[in-house]
Amino acid sequence: MLIYLPIAEISVNALVLLGIGGGVGMLSGMFGVGGGFLITPLLFFIGIPPAVAVATGANQVVASSISGVLAHLRRKTVDLRMGTVLLVGGLIGSTGGIWLFRWLSALGQVDLFVQLAYVLFLGVIGILMLQESLRAWYRSTKPNVPRRKLHKHTWVHSLPLKMKFRVSGLYISVIPPVLVGMAVGVLSAVMGVGGGFIMVPAMIYMLGMPTKVVVGTSLYQIIFVTGYTTVAHAMTSYSVDVLLAFFLIIGGVIGAQIGTQIGVRLKAEQLRILLALLVIAVCIKVALDLLVQPSELYSIRIVGR
Amino acid sequence: MRVLLLAMLLVSVLPARANEIIGALSQNRVALTANFSGSEILLFGAIRRDPLEAYFEDPTENRPFDVVVVIEGPRQTVAVWRKERRAGIWMNTDSVTLTSVPSFYAVATTAPLGDIITPETDREFRISAPQAIDGTQAHETDPQRQVFSEALQRIREQADQYQSLDRFVFLDREILFRANVRLPANLTEGAYTTRMYLVRDGGVVSQFRTAIFVRKDGLERWIYQLAYDHPFLYGLLALAIALIAGWGASALFRFVRSG
Repeated sequence: MLIYLPIAEISVNALVLLGIGGGVGMLSGMFGVGGGFLITPLLFFIGIPPAVAVATGANQVVASSISGVLAHLRRKTVDLRMGTVLLVGGLIGSTGGIWLFRWLSALGQVDLFVQLAYVLFLGVIGILMLQESLRAWYRSTKPNVPRRKLHKHTWVHSLPLKMKFRVSGLYISVIPPVLVGMAVGVLSAVMGVGGGFIMVPAMIYMLGMPTKVVVGTSLYQIIFVTGYTTVAHAMTSYSVDVLLAFFLIIGGVIGAQIGTQIGVRLKAEQLRILLALLVIAVCIKVALDLLVQPSELYSIRIVGR
Repeated sequence: MRVLLLAMLLVSVLPARANEIIGALSQNRVALTANFSGSEILLFGAIRRDPLEAYFEDPTENRPFDVVVVIEGPRQTVAVWRKERRAGIWMNTDSVTLTSVPSFYAVATTAPLGDIITPETDREFRISAPQAIDGTQAHETDPQRQVFSEALQRIREQADQYQSLDRFVFLDREILFRANVRLPANLTEGAYTTRMYLVRDGGVVSQFRTAIFVRKDGLERWIYQLAYDHPFLYGLLALAIALIAGWGASALFRFVRSG
Protein backbone atom coordinates (compact mmCIF):
# COMPACT_ATOMS: atom_id res chain seq x y z
CA MET A 1 0.00 0.00 0.00
CA LEU A 2 1.81 3.09 -1.25
CA ILE A 3 1.16 6.41 0.44
CA TYR A 4 2.39 9.80 -0.66
CA LEU A 5 4.10 11.71 2.16
CA PRO A 6 3.23 15.41 1.74
CA ILE A 7 6.38 16.88 3.31
CA ALA A 8 8.97 14.27 2.36
CA GLU A 9 7.37 14.37 -1.13
CA ILE A 10 7.93 10.72 -1.90
CA SER A 11 5.71 7.65 -2.01
CA VAL A 12 6.50 4.96 0.53
CA ASN A 13 4.87 1.68 1.37
CA ALA A 14 2.79 2.21 4.52
CA LEU A 15 3.53 -1.35 5.65
CA VAL A 16 7.26 -0.60 5.62
CA LEU A 17 6.66 2.41 7.88
CA LEU A 18 4.44 0.38 10.21
CA GLY A 19 7.12 -2.32 10.20
CA ILE A 20 9.91 0.09 11.13
CA GLY A 21 7.76 1.68 13.84
CA GLY A 22 6.64 -1.71 15.09
CA GLY A 23 10.10 -3.30 15.06
CA VAL A 24 11.73 -0.42 16.88
CA GLY A 25 8.72 -0.16 19.22
CA MET A 26 9.13 -3.83 20.08
CA LEU A 27 12.79 -3.31 20.93
CA SER A 28 11.95 -0.30 23.07
CA GLY A 29 9.29 -2.30 24.89
CA MET A 30 11.72 -5.15 25.46
CA PHE A 31 14.66 -3.08 26.62
CA GLY A 32 13.14 0.17 27.81
CA VAL A 33 15.12 2.21 25.27
CA GLY A 34 13.55 5.07 23.33
CA GLY A 35 14.50 3.76 19.92
CA GLY A 36 14.95 7.13 18.23
CA PHE A 37 18.56 6.22 17.49
CA LEU A 38 17.31 3.30 15.36
CA ILE A 39 14.30 4.97 13.69
CA THR A 40 16.22 7.84 12.10
CA PRO A 41 18.91 5.72 10.35
CA LEU A 42 16.23 3.26 9.21
CA LEU A 43 14.37 6.18 7.61
CA PHE A 44 17.61 7.13 5.81
CA PHE A 45 17.85 3.59 4.45
CA ILE A 46 14.37 3.78 2.85
CA GLY A 47 15.15 7.11 1.20
CA ILE A 48 13.48 9.70 3.44
CA PRO A 49 15.47 12.98 3.17
CA PRO A 50 17.69 13.34 6.29
CA ALA A 51 16.13 16.64 7.35
CA VAL A 52 12.65 15.07 7.34
CA ALA A 53 13.92 11.88 9.03
CA VAL A 54 15.52 13.84 11.87
CA ALA A 55 12.61 16.21 12.50
CA THR A 56 9.99 13.46 12.25
CA GLY A 57 12.15 11.21 14.45
CA ALA A 58 12.02 13.84 17.20
CA ASN A 59 8.23 13.93 16.85
CA GLN A 60 8.04 10.16 17.13
CA VAL A 61 10.07 10.21 20.37
CA VAL A 62 7.38 12.43 21.92
CA ALA A 63 4.79 9.73 21.25
CA SER A 64 6.93 6.88 22.54
CA SER A 65 7.82 8.74 25.76
CA ILE A 66 4.44 10.12 26.89
CA SER A 67 3.02 7.00 28.52
CA GLY A 68 6.32 6.39 30.32
CA VAL A 69 6.40 9.95 31.65
CA LEU A 70 2.83 9.69 32.97
CA ALA A 71 3.56 6.36 34.65
CA HIS A 72 6.68 7.76 36.36
CA LEU A 73 4.85 10.91 37.46
CA ARG A 74 2.14 8.74 39.03
CA ARG A 75 4.74 6.68 40.85
CA LYS A 76 6.55 9.89 41.87
CA THR A 77 9.85 8.66 40.49
CA VAL A 78 10.63 11.97 38.76
CA ASP A 79 12.99 14.53 40.25
CA LEU A 80 11.12 17.55 38.90
CA ARG A 81 13.76 20.00 40.07
CA MET A 82 16.62 18.11 38.44
CA GLY A 83 14.43 17.50 35.40
CA THR A 84 13.81 21.23 35.03
CA VAL A 85 17.52 22.08 35.33
CA LEU A 86 18.26 19.46 32.65
CA LEU A 87 15.41 20.88 30.59
CA VAL A 88 16.86 24.41 30.66
CA GLY A 89 20.11 23.00 29.29
CA GLY A 90 18.14 20.90 26.81
CA LEU A 91 16.26 23.86 25.34
CA ILE A 92 19.49 25.84 24.93
CA GLY A 93 21.18 22.83 23.33
CA SER A 94 18.26 22.14 21.02
CA THR A 95 18.19 25.76 19.81
CA GLY A 96 21.92 25.55 19.11
CA GLY A 97 21.41 22.20 17.37
CA ILE A 98 18.69 23.61 15.11
CA TRP A 99 20.99 26.47 14.17
CA LEU A 100 23.85 24.03 13.50
CA PHE A 101 21.52 21.88 11.39
CA ARG A 102 20.48 24.82 9.22
CA TRP A 103 24.06 25.97 8.80
CA LEU A 104 25.18 22.49 7.75
CA SER A 105 22.23 22.20 5.33
CA ALA A 106 23.33 25.42 3.66
CA LEU A 107 26.85 23.99 3.35
CA GLY A 108 25.46 20.75 1.89
CA GLN A 109 27.10 18.71 4.64
CA VAL A 110 24.14 17.85 6.84
CA ASP A 111 23.89 14.23 5.63
CA LEU A 112 27.54 13.62 6.27
CA PHE A 113 27.40 15.20 9.70
CA VAL A 114 24.30 13.27 10.78
CA GLN A 115 25.77 10.02 9.46
CA LEU A 116 29.11 10.61 11.21
CA ALA A 117 27.27 11.44 14.44
CA TYR A 118 25.35 8.17 14.11
CA VAL A 119 28.48 6.12 13.44
CA LEU A 120 30.17 7.64 16.48
CA PHE A 121 27.27 7.32 18.90
CA LEU A 122 25.96 3.96 17.75
CA GLY A 123 29.50 2.59 17.77
CA VAL A 124 30.30 3.79 21.28
CA ILE A 125 26.92 2.81 22.71
CA GLY A 126 26.90 -0.56 21.00
CA ILE A 127 30.32 -1.45 22.35
CA LEU A 128 29.52 -0.18 25.86
CA MET A 129 26.24 -2.08 25.88
CA LEU A 130 27.90 -5.24 24.64
CA GLN A 131 30.60 -4.95 27.31
CA GLU A 132 28.00 -4.23 30.00
CA SER A 133 25.72 -7.07 29.02
CA LEU A 134 28.55 -9.57 28.66
CA ARG A 135 29.73 -8.60 32.13
CA ALA A 136 26.19 -8.92 33.52
CA TRP A 137 25.80 -12.29 31.89
CA TYR A 138 29.15 -13.38 33.34
CA ARG A 139 28.04 -12.17 36.78
CA SER A 140 24.75 -14.00 36.54
CA THR A 141 26.60 -17.26 35.88
CA LYS A 142 29.10 -16.61 38.73
CA PRO A 143 27.18 -15.01 41.57
CA ASN A 144 30.22 -14.51 43.85
CA VAL A 145 31.94 -11.73 41.91
CA PRO A 146 31.85 -8.50 43.99
CA ARG A 147 29.74 -5.57 42.73
CA ARG A 148 31.23 -2.37 41.51
CA LYS A 149 30.88 0.73 43.66
CA LEU A 150 28.35 3.08 42.08
CA HIS A 151 28.80 6.38 43.82
CA LYS A 152 32.15 8.14 44.01
CA HIS A 153 33.17 11.64 44.96
CA THR A 154 34.40 13.33 41.79
CA TRP A 155 35.23 16.78 40.40
CA VAL A 156 31.50 17.30 39.84
CA HIS A 157 31.02 17.88 43.52
CA SER A 158 33.48 20.76 43.80
CA LEU A 159 31.85 23.18 41.32
CA PRO A 160 30.05 26.39 42.32
CA LEU A 161 26.30 27.26 42.00
CA LYS A 162 25.18 24.42 44.20
CA MET A 163 21.53 23.46 44.48
CA LYS A 164 19.60 21.00 46.59
CA PHE A 165 17.82 18.18 44.76
CA ARG A 166 15.73 16.58 47.47
CA VAL A 167 14.19 13.73 45.46
CA SER A 168 17.62 12.61 44.29
CA GLY A 169 19.18 13.31 47.67
CA LEU A 170 21.90 15.44 46.07
CA TYR A 171 23.50 18.77 46.80
CA ILE A 172 25.53 19.59 43.67
CA SER A 173 26.33 22.39 41.27
CA VAL A 174 23.79 23.04 38.49
CA ILE A 175 26.58 23.33 35.89
CA PRO A 176 27.01 19.61 35.14
CA PRO A 177 23.26 18.89 34.74
CA VAL A 178 22.85 21.95 32.50
CA LEU A 179 25.78 20.76 30.38
CA VAL A 180 24.34 17.23 30.18
CA GLY A 181 20.98 18.71 29.19
CA MET A 182 22.62 20.85 26.52
CA ALA A 183 24.48 17.92 25.01
CA VAL A 184 21.25 15.93 24.86
CA GLY A 185 19.40 18.92 23.36
CA VAL A 186 21.93 19.22 20.54
CA LEU A 187 21.62 15.50 19.81
CA SER A 188 17.84 15.76 19.76
CA ALA A 189 17.91 18.56 17.17
CA VAL A 190 20.66 17.11 14.97
CA MET A 191 19.96 13.37 15.22
CA GLY A 192 16.24 13.23 15.99
CA VAL A 193 16.72 11.16 19.14
CA GLY A 194 15.58 11.54 22.74
CA GLY A 195 19.10 11.15 24.05
CA GLY A 196 18.27 8.87 26.96
CA PHE A 197 21.21 6.65 26.02
CA ILE A 198 23.56 9.53 26.86
CA MET A 199 21.58 11.06 29.71
CA VAL A 200 20.92 7.94 31.78
CA PRO A 201 24.59 6.91 32.15
CA ALA A 202 25.57 10.57 32.71
CA MET A 203 22.98 10.91 35.49
CA ILE A 204 24.11 7.74 37.21
CA TYR A 205 27.86 7.96 36.86
CA MET A 206 28.49 11.71 36.59
CA LEU A 207 25.79 13.28 38.73
CA GLY A 208 25.45 10.31 41.07
CA MET A 209 21.64 10.21 40.96
CA PRO A 210 19.86 7.19 42.43
CA THR A 211 18.82 4.74 39.70
CA LYS A 212 15.21 4.79 40.94
CA VAL A 213 14.56 8.34 39.64
CA VAL A 214 16.90 8.30 36.63
CA VAL A 215 14.55 6.91 34.01
CA GLY A 216 11.55 9.03 35.03
CA THR A 217 13.59 12.23 35.19
CA SER A 218 15.28 11.63 31.84
CA LEU A 219 11.90 10.89 30.20
CA TYR A 220 10.50 14.07 31.72
CA GLN A 221 13.32 16.10 30.17
CA ILE A 222 13.18 14.21 26.86
CA ILE A 223 9.49 14.80 26.21
CA PHE A 224 9.81 18.56 26.59
CA VAL A 225 13.03 18.83 24.59
CA THR A 226 11.83 16.65 21.71
CA GLY A 227 8.50 18.50 21.74
CA TYR A 228 10.34 21.79 21.50
CA THR A 229 12.62 20.38 18.78
CA THR A 230 9.62 19.20 16.74
CA VAL A 231 8.01 22.64 16.77
CA ALA A 232 11.35 24.36 16.09
CA HIS A 233 12.08 22.12 13.09
CA ALA A 234 8.53 22.65 11.82
CA MET A 235 9.06 26.41 12.00
CA THR A 236 12.61 26.69 10.63
CA SER A 237 12.94 23.94 8.03
CA TYR A 238 9.30 22.79 7.45
CA SER A 239 10.55 19.23 7.71
CA VAL A 240 8.13 17.49 10.10
CA ASP A 241 5.94 15.05 8.18
CA VAL A 242 2.87 14.28 10.30
CA LEU A 243 1.72 11.48 8.01
CA LEU A 244 5.11 9.77 8.28
CA ALA A 245 5.11 10.31 12.05
CA PHE A 246 1.58 8.94 12.31
CA PHE A 247 2.47 5.60 10.72
CA LEU A 248 5.65 5.29 12.78
CA ILE A 249 3.73 6.06 15.98
CA ILE A 250 0.94 3.57 15.26
CA GLY A 251 3.52 0.86 14.50
CA GLY A 252 5.53 1.95 17.52
CA VAL A 253 2.82 1.76 20.17
CA ILE A 254 1.65 -1.65 18.98
CA GLY A 255 5.23 -2.91 18.81
CA ALA A 256 6.00 -1.58 22.28
CA GLN A 257 3.09 -3.50 23.81
CA ILE A 258 4.22 -6.73 22.16
CA GLY A 259 7.82 -6.03 23.15
CA THR A 260 6.90 -5.56 26.81
CA GLN A 261 5.14 -8.95 26.83
CA ILE A 262 8.15 -10.66 25.23
CA GLY A 263 10.62 -8.84 27.49
CA VAL A 264 8.91 -10.19 30.63
CA ARG A 265 9.32 -13.77 29.48
CA LEU A 266 12.86 -13.75 28.14
CA LYS A 267 16.23 -13.58 29.78
CA ALA A 268 17.29 -9.95 29.97
CA GLU A 269 21.07 -10.37 29.81
CA GLN A 270 21.08 -12.39 26.63
CA LEU A 271 18.58 -10.04 25.01
CA ARG A 272 20.79 -7.10 25.85
CA ILE A 273 23.65 -8.76 24.00
CA LEU A 274 21.38 -9.06 20.96
CA LEU A 275 20.36 -5.40 21.17
CA ALA A 276 24.01 -4.38 21.44
CA LEU A 277 24.83 -6.45 18.36
CA LEU A 278 21.93 -4.86 16.49
CA VAL A 279 23.12 -1.35 17.38
CA ILE A 280 26.62 -2.26 16.19
CA ALA A 281 25.17 -3.69 12.95
CA VAL A 282 23.28 -0.45 12.20
CA CYS A 283 26.47 1.49 12.99
CA ILE A 284 28.47 -0.65 10.53
CA LYS A 285 25.81 -0.20 7.83
CA VAL A 286 25.87 3.61 8.21
CA ALA A 287 29.69 3.55 8.28
CA LEU A 288 29.89 1.42 5.12
CA ASP A 289 27.71 3.94 3.30
CA LEU A 290 30.38 6.52 4.05
CA LEU A 291 33.42 4.33 3.30
CA VAL A 292 32.40 2.40 0.18
CA GLN A 293 32.43 4.33 -3.05
CA PRO A 294 28.81 5.16 -3.89
CA SER A 295 27.53 4.07 -7.30
CA GLU A 296 26.36 7.63 -7.99
CA LEU A 297 28.81 10.34 -6.94
CA TYR A 298 26.40 13.17 -7.67
CA SER A 299 23.31 14.15 -5.74
CA ILE A 300 20.64 16.77 -6.26
CA ARG A 301 19.28 19.15 -3.70
CA ILE A 302 16.41 21.48 -4.46
CA VAL A 303 17.39 24.93 -3.27
CA GLY A 304 15.00 26.72 -0.97
CA ARG A 305 13.48 23.68 0.59
CA MET B 1 -5.30 31.28 -68.78
CA ARG B 2 -8.48 29.59 -67.57
CA VAL B 3 -6.48 27.20 -65.41
CA LEU B 4 -4.68 30.08 -63.75
CA LEU B 5 -7.95 31.87 -63.01
CA LEU B 6 -9.36 28.71 -61.52
CA ALA B 7 -6.33 28.27 -59.31
CA MET B 8 -6.55 31.87 -58.09
CA LEU B 9 -10.23 31.40 -57.32
CA LEU B 10 -9.41 28.26 -55.36
CA VAL B 11 -6.78 30.06 -53.29
CA SER B 12 -9.13 32.91 -52.43
CA VAL B 13 -12.05 30.65 -51.52
CA LEU B 14 -10.16 28.15 -49.34
CA PRO B 15 -9.05 29.44 -45.96
CA ALA B 16 -5.40 30.40 -46.17
CA ARG B 17 -3.92 27.97 -43.72
CA ALA B 18 -0.63 26.14 -43.47
CA ASN B 19 -0.15 22.70 -41.96
CA GLU B 20 -1.33 22.82 -38.38
CA ILE B 21 -1.23 20.65 -35.26
CA ILE B 22 -4.11 20.51 -32.79
CA GLY B 23 -3.79 18.60 -29.55
CA ALA B 24 -5.65 17.57 -26.44
CA LEU B 25 -5.09 15.70 -23.19
CA SER B 26 -7.03 12.89 -21.56
CA GLN B 27 -6.92 14.94 -18.38
CA ASN B 28 -5.50 18.32 -17.49
CA ARG B 29 -5.64 17.90 -13.74
CA VAL B 30 -3.67 15.50 -11.61
CA ALA B 31 -4.44 15.32 -7.90
CA LEU B 32 -1.67 14.22 -5.57
CA THR B 33 -3.55 12.39 -2.86
CA ALA B 34 -2.30 10.08 -0.12
CA ASN B 35 -2.47 7.01 -2.32
CA PHE B 36 -1.09 8.64 -5.48
CA SER B 37 1.21 6.20 -7.22
CA GLY B 38 1.69 7.88 -10.57
CA SER B 39 -0.67 8.67 -13.39
CA GLU B 40 -0.91 7.87 -17.07
CA ILE B 41 -1.74 10.75 -19.39
CA LEU B 42 -2.93 10.28 -22.95
CA LEU B 43 -1.89 13.06 -25.30
CA PHE B 44 -3.61 13.02 -28.66
CA GLY B 45 -4.47 15.23 -31.55
CA ALA B 46 -4.66 15.74 -35.27
CA ILE B 47 -2.69 17.31 -38.07
CA ARG B 48 -4.64 19.64 -40.32
CA ARG B 49 -2.99 19.50 -43.74
CA ASP B 50 -2.68 22.60 -45.86
CA PRO B 51 -5.34 21.78 -48.48
CA LEU B 52 -3.48 23.42 -51.35
CA GLU B 53 -0.27 21.71 -50.51
CA ALA B 54 -2.04 18.39 -50.12
CA TYR B 55 -3.63 18.92 -53.51
CA PHE B 56 -0.47 19.89 -55.35
CA GLU B 57 1.89 17.55 -53.50
CA ASP B 58 3.95 15.33 -55.68
CA PRO B 59 3.16 11.81 -54.43
CA THR B 60 6.61 10.54 -55.42
CA GLU B 61 8.29 13.09 -53.18
CA ASN B 62 8.53 11.74 -49.62
CA ARG B 63 8.29 14.49 -47.03
CA PRO B 64 6.84 12.77 -43.94
CA PHE B 65 5.44 14.59 -40.93
CA ASP B 66 6.69 13.82 -37.44
CA VAL B 67 5.28 14.77 -34.07
CA VAL B 68 7.21 15.70 -30.93
CA VAL B 69 5.41 15.97 -27.60
CA VAL B 70 7.09 17.62 -24.60
CA ILE B 71 5.79 17.72 -21.03
CA GLU B 72 7.72 20.03 -18.74
CA GLY B 73 7.24 20.30 -14.98
CA PRO B 74 7.62 23.48 -12.92
CA ARG B 75 11.16 24.86 -12.92
CA GLN B 76 13.28 24.91 -9.75
CA THR B 77 16.73 25.96 -8.69
CA VAL B 78 18.81 22.92 -7.81
CA ALA B 79 22.25 22.38 -6.37
CA VAL B 80 24.13 19.40 -7.78
CA TRP B 81 26.76 18.04 -5.40
CA ARG B 82 29.70 15.79 -6.18
CA LYS B 83 31.23 13.42 -3.66
CA GLU B 84 34.94 12.90 -3.31
CA ARG B 85 37.00 10.77 -0.99
CA ARG B 86 38.49 12.84 1.82
CA ALA B 87 40.28 11.08 4.66
CA GLY B 88 38.71 7.78 3.59
CA ILE B 89 35.17 9.15 3.70
CA TRP B 90 33.00 9.93 0.71
CA MET B 91 31.73 13.43 1.22
CA ASN B 92 30.21 16.27 -0.82
CA THR B 93 32.99 18.54 -2.01
CA ASP B 94 31.94 20.48 -5.11
CA SER B 95 28.61 21.85 -6.12
CA VAL B 96 27.10 23.72 -9.01
CA THR B 97 23.82 25.57 -8.74
CA LEU B 98 21.61 25.35 -11.78
CA THR B 99 18.80 27.87 -11.87
CA SER B 100 15.50 27.09 -13.53
CA VAL B 101 15.72 23.36 -14.13
CA PRO B 102 12.53 21.45 -15.01
CA SER B 103 11.37 19.20 -12.17
CA PHE B 104 9.94 16.84 -14.77
CA TYR B 105 10.70 16.50 -18.46
CA ALA B 106 9.37 14.02 -20.97
CA VAL B 107 9.98 14.08 -24.71
CA ALA B 108 7.94 11.66 -26.79
CA THR B 109 8.52 11.42 -30.54
CA THR B 110 7.47 9.45 -33.60
CA ALA B 111 11.12 8.69 -34.46
CA PRO B 112 14.49 9.24 -32.72
CA LEU B 113 14.71 12.96 -31.97
CA GLY B 114 18.09 13.43 -33.67
CA ASP B 115 16.69 12.06 -36.94
CA ILE B 116 13.72 14.38 -37.18
CA ILE B 117 14.94 17.78 -36.00
CA THR B 118 18.15 19.64 -36.67
CA PRO B 119 20.36 20.80 -33.75
CA GLU B 120 19.40 24.39 -34.62
CA THR B 121 15.71 23.62 -34.23
CA ASP B 122 16.45 21.83 -30.98
CA ARG B 123 18.26 24.90 -29.68
CA GLU B 124 15.62 27.33 -30.85
CA PHE B 125 12.65 25.48 -29.38
CA ARG B 126 14.57 23.90 -26.46
CA ILE B 127 13.19 20.49 -27.14
CA SER B 128 15.69 17.92 -25.83
CA ALA B 129 16.39 17.69 -22.09
CA PRO B 130 19.96 19.10 -22.29
CA GLN B 131 18.58 22.14 -24.11
CA ALA B 132 15.82 22.53 -21.53
CA ILE B 133 18.39 22.50 -18.70
CA ASP B 134 21.26 24.36 -20.30
CA GLY B 135 19.44 26.64 -22.66
CA THR B 136 18.61 28.83 -19.70
CA GLN B 137 22.14 28.88 -18.32
CA ALA B 138 23.18 31.81 -20.51
CA HIS B 139 24.88 29.45 -22.99
CA GLU B 140 27.89 28.93 -20.82
CA THR B 141 30.43 26.54 -22.19
CA ASP B 142 32.05 25.78 -18.86
CA PRO B 143 33.01 22.07 -19.14
CA GLN B 144 32.68 21.65 -15.35
CA ARG B 145 29.06 22.85 -15.51
CA GLN B 146 28.45 20.45 -18.36
CA VAL B 147 29.49 17.48 -16.21
CA PHE B 148 27.15 18.51 -13.39
CA SER B 149 24.26 19.13 -15.73
CA GLU B 150 24.78 15.67 -17.27
CA ALA B 151 24.79 14.16 -13.78
CA LEU B 152 21.50 15.89 -13.02
CA GLN B 153 20.01 14.43 -16.18
CA ARG B 154 21.29 10.95 -15.40
CA ILE B 155 19.87 10.97 -11.85
CA ARG B 156 16.51 12.31 -12.96
CA GLU B 157 16.32 9.78 -15.79
CA GLN B 158 16.84 6.99 -13.27
CA ALA B 159 14.03 8.38 -11.16
CA ASP B 160 11.77 8.54 -14.25
CA GLN B 161 11.59 12.30 -13.80
CA TYR B 162 13.23 12.80 -17.17
CA GLN B 163 12.01 10.54 -19.91
CA SER B 164 13.13 10.21 -23.46
CA LEU B 165 10.37 8.34 -25.26
CA ASP B 166 11.52 7.68 -28.84
CA ARG B 167 8.77 6.22 -31.04
CA PHE B 168 6.18 6.63 -28.29
CA VAL B 169 4.02 8.88 -30.44
CA PHE B 170 1.89 6.88 -32.86
CA LEU B 171 1.01 8.68 -36.05
CA ASP B 172 -1.94 7.30 -37.93
CA ARG B 173 -2.17 8.04 -41.69
CA GLU B 174 -0.33 11.33 -41.12
CA ILE B 175 -3.46 12.74 -39.49
CA LEU B 176 -4.07 11.40 -36.02
CA PHE B 177 -1.47 10.99 -33.34
CA ARG B 178 -1.46 9.79 -29.76
CA ALA B 179 1.06 9.16 -26.99
CA ASN B 180 0.91 7.74 -23.49
CA VAL B 181 3.18 9.34 -20.90
CA ARG B 182 3.47 7.98 -17.40
CA LEU B 183 3.86 10.59 -14.68
CA PRO B 184 5.77 9.10 -11.73
CA ALA B 185 4.67 9.23 -8.09
CA ASN B 186 7.26 11.82 -7.05
CA LEU B 187 5.74 14.84 -8.78
CA THR B 188 6.19 18.47 -7.85
CA GLU B 189 3.11 20.67 -7.63
CA GLY B 190 2.50 23.19 -10.36
CA ALA B 191 1.66 23.71 -14.02
CA TYR B 192 3.15 21.17 -16.42
CA THR B 193 3.38 22.87 -19.80
CA THR B 194 2.68 20.52 -22.65
CA ARG B 195 4.01 21.37 -26.10
CA MET B 196 3.23 19.49 -29.28
CA TYR B 197 5.32 20.15 -32.36
CA LEU B 198 4.58 19.25 -35.94
CA VAL B 199 7.94 18.59 -37.53
CA ARG B 200 9.02 18.30 -41.14
CA ASP B 201 12.41 18.49 -42.87
CA GLY B 202 14.17 19.01 -39.53
CA GLY B 203 12.18 22.11 -38.64
CA VAL B 204 9.05 22.96 -36.68
CA VAL B 205 6.01 23.57 -38.91
CA SER B 206 3.43 24.23 -36.23
CA GLN B 207 3.09 24.00 -32.47
CA PHE B 208 0.34 23.62 -29.93
CA ARG B 209 0.57 24.40 -26.20
CA THR B 210 -1.54 23.39 -23.27
CA ALA B 211 -0.93 22.54 -19.63
CA ILE B 212 -1.56 19.89 -17.00
CA PHE B 213 -2.17 21.16 -13.49
CA VAL B 214 -0.70 18.99 -10.78
CA ARG B 215 -1.72 19.79 -7.25
CA LYS B 216 -1.84 18.14 -3.90
CA ASP B 217 -5.37 17.36 -2.90
CA GLY B 218 -7.43 16.41 0.13
CA LEU B 219 -5.54 15.69 3.31
CA GLU B 220 -2.17 16.06 1.55
CA ARG B 221 -3.01 19.57 0.45
CA TRP B 222 -4.26 20.54 3.88
CA ILE B 223 -1.13 19.19 5.61
CA TYR B 224 1.23 20.81 3.12
CA GLN B 225 -0.43 24.22 3.29
CA LEU B 226 -0.61 24.20 7.07
CA ALA B 227 3.07 23.21 7.28
CA TYR B 228 4.19 26.10 5.09
CA ASP B 229 1.60 28.78 5.92
CA HIS B 230 1.20 28.23 9.65
CA PRO B 231 4.33 26.39 10.73
CA PHE B 232 3.81 27.04 14.44
CA LEU B 233 0.26 25.66 14.42
CA TYR B 234 1.48 22.75 12.35
CA GLY B 235 4.24 21.99 14.86
CA LEU B 236 1.70 22.04 17.68
CA LEU B 237 -0.57 19.75 15.66
CA ALA B 238 2.30 17.30 15.16
CA LEU B 239 2.94 17.42 18.90
CA ALA B 240 -0.73 16.92 19.75
CA ILE B 241 -1.01 13.91 17.42
CA ALA B 242 2.09 12.37 18.99
CA LEU B 243 0.82 12.94 22.56
CA ILE B 244 -2.71 11.69 21.89
CA ALA B 245 -1.61 8.68 19.83
CA GLY B 246 1.14 7.71 22.29
CA TRP B 247 -0.98 8.13 25.40
CA GLY B 248 -4.22 6.86 23.86
CA ALA B 249 -2.71 3.66 22.54
CA SER B 250 -1.09 2.71 25.82
CA ALA B 251 -4.28 3.57 27.72
CA LEU B 252 -6.23 1.39 25.31
CA PHE B 253 -3.85 -1.52 25.79
CA ARG B 254 -4.04 -1.15 29.57
CA PHE B 255 -7.82 -1.17 29.34
CA VAL B 256 -7.84 -4.23 27.09
CA ARG B 257 -5.49 -6.13 29.36
CA SER B 258 -7.29 -5.29 32.59
CA GLY B 259 -10.77 -5.81 31.20
